[in-house]
Parts: sequence; structure tokens; C-alpha cells
Amino acid sequence: MYRVVLASRKTVEWIGLLIVAFLFVFPFLWMASTAFKTMPEVRQFPPTLLPETWEWSNFAQAWESGPFLMYTWNSILVAVGILILQFLTAVPAAYAFARYKFPGRNLLFGLVLIVLMIPGQVIFLPIYVQLSGWGLVNTLWSLILPYAASAFGIFLLRQAFMQVPDEVIEAARLDNASEWKIMWTIMVPMAKPVLVTFGLFSFIYHWNDYFWPLIMTNSDEVRTLPIGISSLHMSDGGTLWNVMMAGNMILILPILVIFFVAQRHIIKAFIYQSK
Amino acid sequence: MARVVLEQVTKAFQNQSVVKGLDLVIPDGSFTVLVGPSGCGKSTTLRMIAGLETVTDGKIMIGDQTVNQLPPGKRDIAMVFQNYALYPTMNVYDNIAYGLRNRGISKKECQVLVEEIAEIVGLTDYLKRKPSQLSGGQRQRVALARAMVKKPKVFLMDEPLSNLDAKLRNQMRVELTSLHKQLGSTFIYVTHDQVEAMTMGDQIVVMNDGHIMQVAAPMNLYQEPENLFVAQFIGSPPMNIVSAEGKSEHVWGFRPEKAVLLPMVVSAITSEEMWNARGQVVSREILGSDTLLHVETEKGRVIVKADSEVAMQVGSSVTVTVPWEYIYVFEKGSGKRVGRMSGREPVSTRAGGDS
Repeated sequence: MYRVVLASRKTVEWIGLLIVAFLFVFPFLWMASTAFKTMPEVRQFPPTLLPETWEWSNFAQAWESGPFLMYTWNSILVAVGILILQFLTAVPAAYAFARYKFPGRNLLFGLVLIVLMIPGQVIFLPIYVQLSGWGLVNTLWSLILPYAASAFGIFLLRQAFMQVPDEVIEAARLDNASEWKIMWTIMVPMAKPVLVTFGLFSFIYHWNDYFWPLIMTNSDEVRTLPIGISSLHMSDGGTLWNVMMAGNMILILPILVIFFVAQRHIIKAFIYQSK
Repeated sequence: MARVVLEQVTKAFQNQSVVKGLDLVIPDGSFTVLVGPSGCGKSTTLRMIAGLETVTDGKIMIGDQTVNQLPPGKRDIAMVFQNYALYPTMNVYDNIAYGLRNRGISKKECQVLVEEIAEIVGLTDYLKRKPSQLSGGQRQRVALARAMVKKPKVFLMDEPLSNLDAKLRNQMRVELTSLHKQLGSTFIYVTHDQVEAMTMGDQIVVMNDGHIMQVAAPMNLYQEPENLFVAQFIGSPPMNIVSAEGKSEHVWGFRPEKAVLLPMVVSAITSEEMWNARGQVVSREILGSDTLLHVETEKGRVIVKADSEVAMQVGSSVTVTVPWEYIYVFEKGSGKRVGRMSGREPVSTRAGGDS
């Protein structure tokens, strides 16, 4: 009896998981499938699940419909640039918040948390005005600088640094390590899963970001992939959905690759967090 | 090599002093054990010597140098922590070499030193492993190796054996003692375990409530405790304390193994010959060769350590007798030792005492 209950519970759990997985995976598969279809097949009703003929030329067409190499390069510069700056600012800030007692620490950390709660759309206007005052609008700097410090990163890393036992840091001090050295050779390696997770979040967010590049840039030289892809939408004679989806596939490909490589770390980071 | 001197060292956390005006000389090359109940300030004292805590008041000297303002890394000391505090992301080799590299020692020299130490502590085959892949005893060795490789003037150890199981602890105790002899450096060792203190130390500092209660060699400490606290803290089971006869400002104490139990029937002992008290055995703890008998007497409850061969049953009526010369006399209020009994009179012979 007990075994039957257990087995049926397992079944219900599996069905639940499958439903959730389907909800997440289906739109993705639909995009992939559409990217390979011909335009008549896209319009066909009832729709086909898999393309009848695999139309690889959609990808070439998407790639050639604009300066996509430049968009990709810009996207890489922006996402990686942001990531590097965020690490450089978040690590020392988080170390200070986690390990030092100084006047105003709680107030400052409160400010960080408040920043975490403010959506970018609320403050984009003052930032735009400021950047335009510096003459940085329509440059890659306008895409990178506003994100140079991440409240989320500081928060996440602080939690990770706080879990490092005091004795380990004291041992390093007795080993004649400077604070700077302790931070980079002891703390950062110990927080590696969290760093990888944060790096991934940051990279994906800024790689996919549409809003910020849209308002900060107006020429192809500094535009990023998402803006480039969206321009496929406006081709004359109606939207070519298959080409559009092929463009989207190009956009997310690097993220998929990174995700598969770093999957182990991401899972580890979340298991640590929930301990 | 260096001696460590503490002069009027005080430590306060938020106006609450945990170490109160400590004066202590730790001789060069000694194995000094700080022992006391938890919260007595022994760890704080050690951490002040290490430089991990600032000194609120007073002066600490290592060798001829006042180190109050010196950061831990510049004091020429090494410390072994209770939970080892190894760097989890580095392998054994890097754990040991980290301190050397931070001193700017060349890669080649590092390798020679690390391999030499690894050989001594038996870690040669484990240099590539991460701490998480080692057993408790092996981690302890890594912690020791990390301290030894720096060839410090002073070794500080904060309850380094308390995370090990009993067998390993005994083994490490012996190894640490021989290591001390081999290196000849000054060892300062903190423990709450009086067995560790007695077996390892050549100078024992008993602390309580931020004060030093007594500084002495192990046997001296046991035989000539300067006050009630030391008398009851050192020795297992602790010294029995009974009220003094005739003098209300004193109390008397005697060691459990100095008492002899006689069956009630043979009691023809007068208090001229020996201290005696009649009572009943209320419980019995068999330790192997010895047996502890808890006796409820007319003069209070006492513990007697007896040979297991002569063990009495629970419930038997007995007379507890102690030769007068084994009775210690303490002042009731201050707990200070007055002396030992001679015949029925207290005499103030104070071997090893200074105040």
C-alpha cells in the first residue's frame, strides 16, 4: 500500500515537472522550428511542429540584412565590459560590507538595497541627461558606464563573503597576506560559484538588453545585437518571421553555450545559497 | 627563539573586560599552556599575542620587541586554530606555501621548504589534495605544517586537538610534545582540558575570569595549589573541600586519592591520628584500575579514589580517613592557600608560592 502511494506520488511529481518544463521549453522550440521554416510554411494553418524543408538560408539572410558582425562585436564589448567593471567594483565593496566595521556601514548597505529595488526605467532620464552632458550618448560608454556597479552583485557577494569563516581570514593575516591579497586569493576563490552565477546573470541580462541600447544609441556603429535583430522586424513587405527567428537564434546561441558549460557552477551556487 | 612578556595586559569588549591586568613571562623555548574554564580569557590572551585582537591596555613583547602595534603577519609567529582554518580552495602544497610566498620567498626555495616539512609531518603523498579530501588528523597535520614551515619564533595553538577523536588526540599530544623538543621554539598552547595541560606543558598558567590564578610546573600545580580555584580545577576528580574544624575562617581540602576508606566496623581512628568522617557510599564510578566512590559523610559529600580491588559496594557504611599532612588549608573568603596541616595545626609552608 505504502509503495503504491509512493509510486503514485512520484508520478504526480513527474507530471507536474513535465508540465512546467513544457511551458518553458515550448516557446523556445517554436522559435527554433520557425527559424528553419519557409515563409509559406510559417503562414500555413494548421501549423506544422517541425519544418517540412529545412531552410538554412534564413540564417544567412538574417546575418546579411545588416552589419551583424558589428552588432555582435558591440554586444560582446558591452556585456564583457560591464562584467569586468562589475567584478572590480562589487568584490571590494562586498568585502568591505561583509568584513569591516565602519561608521555608516548599515546606512550605506541600505542604500545598496534600495538601488536594488529601483527599476532602470525610473532613472534612465536623469542618466541620459548626465551622459549627454558628458558627450557620451551614442557611444559604447553610454551602454557600459551606467552598469559599472551592480547592487545585486554587491548584495550576492556580500552574502558569500560573510560565510567565509573568520579563522581562514585570520590564518591568512598570520601568513602575512595583505587585505588586497586576502580578498583576491582567499575570498574570491571561495566565492567562485556565486561569482559565476552572478557573472552569468549579468552577462545574459546585458546581452539581451533591448531597452538601454535603444534609448542610448542611434547609429549602427554602437548598436548591439538585440537592436539589430529587431530591425529585421521592419523589413518591407511584412515581417519575415522565419528570418526574425533565425536572428533570435543567433542572438541566444552564445548564451546557450555558456549555460551548458557553466551549468554545474550555477546549480552549485544555488545549493550553497539555500543551505 | 624568543620569550614572550605580558605586562598589565587588559582587553575589554564594549567596556566589559575579559582580560584584566595580566602579568606573565613565557620563557624562551618553554611549552606554556594557558588553561581555564570557557570564558576565562585564555583564547583572548592568545589572540592578543597573535595580533588578531588589539590590546586595550598594557604591553606585549615578543623577544625584545614591543608588538602592540605590529600586524599579525610581522610578529614572526604562527598559529594553529581549533578548526584548522585551512584555505579550502588551495591544495595542501599551496596551503603550506602561502605564507612563504607572501614573504617573497622564491618559488624554488618554497618548494624545498614545503617538501621538507611535508616529509616531517607525513604529508608527502597528499600535497596535491584539497583539504576537503583529507581526514581530520591529516588536516591537523596540514595546519601544523603551515605553521612550522615559517620557522616562527613562537607557536600559538588554540585548542588544536579538540576536534580530533580521543585516540588521535592522545597520539597528537605525544607528537606535539616531541615536536616542541625537536624545534626548541616557544610554544603557547590554549586548552580547557587539564589533562592536555598537565601532560604537555612545562609551565601551566591557570586562568579564571580574566585573571591568572597560578603559574607553575604541572606537578607543583597539583601538589601545591595556591588557591581553591586551582585546587579544584586541576585534578580529576577535583580536590574535596570540607569545612575546617575549629577555625571558621578556613576550609580544608584533600585529594581524592589521598583518602582511605575503612569499613565502619574497624574504625578505631581518632582525630588525633587522622582526619576522619563517617558516612555512606552513595555511588560508584569504575574507571578501570581505579574506582571513584562518592561518599555522603557527616562533614559533607566527598569523592574518594580507591583501587578497584578494594571497591566498596554502594550503601556500605564507611569511615573516610586522610592523614593530616595531606590536608590543605585555604582561607574561606579569598580562597588563598594558608598551608598544610601538621598534626592538628595548620602551618604556613608554601612551597612554590609567591604571595
